[in-house]
Amino acid sequence: MSRIEQRFAELRKQNRAALIPYVTAGDPEPGATVPLMHALVEAGADLIELGVPFSDPMADGPVIQKACERALRFGTGLRDVLAMVAEFRKTDTTTPVVLMGYLNPVERMGYETFAQTAKAAGLDGLLTVDLPPEESEDVVGLLEQAGIDPIFLIAPTTSEARIDHVARAARGFVYYVSLKGVTGSQTLDTSALAARLEGLRRHTGLPLGVGFGIRDAETAGKVAQVADAVVVGSAIVRLAEEHDGDADGFARAAAVVVSEMRHAMDAARSPGAAATV
Amino acid sequence: MNKIDWAAFPDARGHFGPYGGRFVSETLMGALDELQAVYEQYMQDPDFLAELDHDLKQFVGRPNPLYHAERMSQELGGAQIYLKREDLNHTGAHKVNNTIGQALLAKRLGKKRIIAETGAGQHGVATATVAARLGLECVVYMGEEDTRRQTQNVYRMRLLGAEVVAVKSGTRTLKDALNEAMRDWVTNVDDTFYIIGTVAGPHPYPAMVRDFQAVIGREAREQHLEMTGRLPDTLVACVGGGSNAIGLFHAFLGDESVEMVGVEAGGDGVETGRHSAPLCAGQPGVLHGNRTYLMEDENGQIIGTHSVSAGLDYPGVGPEHAWLKDIGRVNYVSVTDDQALAGFHRMTRTEGIIPALETSHAIAHVLDLAPQMRPDQSIIINLSGRGDKDLNTVAEREGITL
Repeated sequence: MSRIEQRFAELRKQNRAALIPYVTAGDPEPGATVPLMHALVEAGADLIELGVPFSDPMADGPVIQKACERALRFGTGLRDVLAMVAEFRKTDTTTPVVLMGYLNPVERMGYETFAQTAKAAGLDGLLTVDLPPEESEDVVGLLEQAGIDPIFLIAPTTSEARIDHVARAARGFVYYVSLKGVTGSQTLDTSALAARLEGLRRHTGLPLGVGFGIRDAETAGKVAQVADAVVVGSAIVRLAEEHDGDADGFARAAAVVVSEMRHAMDAARSPGAAATV
Repeated sequence: MNKIDWAAFPDARGHFGPYGGRFVSETLMGALDELQAVYEQYMQDPDFLAELDHDLKQFVGRPNPLYHAERMSQELGGAQIYLKREDLNHTGAHKVNNTIGQALLAKRLGKKRIIAETGAGQHGVATATVAARLGLECVVYMGEEDTRRQTQNVYRMRLLGAEVVAVKSGTRTLKDALNEAMRDWVTNVDDTFYIIGTVAGPHPYPAMVRDFQAVIGREAREQHLEMTGRLPDTLVACVGGGSNAIGLFHAFLGDESVEMVGVEAGGDGVETGRHSAPLCAGQPGVLHGNRTYLMEDENGQIIGTHSVSAGLDYPGVGPEHAWLKDIGRVNYVSVTDDQALAGFHRMTRTEGIIPALETSHAIAHVLDLAPQMRPDQSIIINLSGRGDKDLNTVAEREGITL
């Protein structure tokens, strides 16, 4: 059983939803990332999504764009990010780590080299936002051999026919993009979400994660009532900008947000909680 | 070279060999499927094609001439030089051939809002123009750096009713404008049609833009046959994203005797690293929805480009060009900023035609190439745009304040 499967199985038993914080590797500086990852786990994260900085983050809003720019000032590349994963694994062997980014850095490294290096580092999954299943055959084969789950997105605009196609290619969990737009966008319609996830469950038995537009603990709690995982990116990354290079301050503030979300999510799943979605 | 069935490219999923494809976030996949379906439908639809032909004739002014540049040919003492006069189109460049076509598709799809990216501003102006004519809302994304280099085109777009958004992210040039346009599209995909200006982006854009631009080569081929009784020996066009070059080349791909040269922007010289010549000095990767040659560093980060011409200042290139390079059908070269400037002046003084700085790259190559050929041979240059927009840039470079 992979680390991701293991983690979702444990959470299901406890009737909890997974909390998945996203941080951009190398933001605000490369040395800050591994301690930050540990701090997020300490605060209640179940899985870490680690962003690979890219020069042209087309699917990201201003918050993560700026995080990429901060990380790239130090030249944080994919090899550095994998080294961070390996460092994290030295002391945490159970929390799954998924890389999230764009395809070109992986292409440049070479799919085979990436798969091998990532396996050695203890990586669990890869989500490349600009790689739909149609173009992914080569890389998916190599990832599977290395025991790394390819994570795919489903969007509000994904047709029924495509949902099956995406669900067949996906491993680990399915990431439902909760709104049309870039990361960090404004509003998440939680009522439409429940119906949509219900529909998705007819196509896949994989856990369903929801991301984009989850800005606070209240929203995280609502989403946790209907989803198997809650992904939170910009709401955390914006704290890096607010702390302007103060890595410790950022880590403390991020831990507070994660901890608040953790409590809201667990409370929303507790037997007495009213269905609010 | 083995016989290639040129009509079979791209394949059904938009691949030209290993290049092209559709590398976008999931949210856009449905919109691209929809676009591909309507594009395939209407390119077979007699009413649509008749409307397109009518607009190209009555609004754009096609066919434009294939002009024999006799004086330049004589001076260079080699091949006869012919200019395909895309600069005479309404809005002053080849870009409008494509925006007319895509805007008609947008209308068929019932989209009320048009977005576009632009570098030099020619595509933005061509998009704002067709949006004004069809009464559609129009937003043009332009790198902040480019809005400074091309103030007249910014004003032109605003006069036409478009909102021009100066993009302040990344390197603040064309690639960042494209990123921002993609972000807009992913957010407003239901009511918005994205008119991409070059033969790049996710499938079906490279094929669709090519098909709308291919009118250039169809006309040029017929005109050259009519004027000389034979096919040209060589075609030369500048390549940024590569839409004017594909437009000229496409009708000639099956004519094995016709050589083709794509001229990239060598900036300060390819050896300096300050250039925009991915085909000459880059390597394959994935950006803006397609796999193609890119300028990138060892981590796969896209690197800053440099060219005197904003329209060529782009780190990628259309995937069909990447493929044509690999199979050897087209030869890709580069010329420097200084060479392009020399081409600009030579054309202006010899033929009375002020070319765009982009186009001047193709001219610069011909200044070297023509003397190596015989007077009974011929070259067609795609005179892809006029140079009015570049007068400030040229003057500034030469220390003149206008």
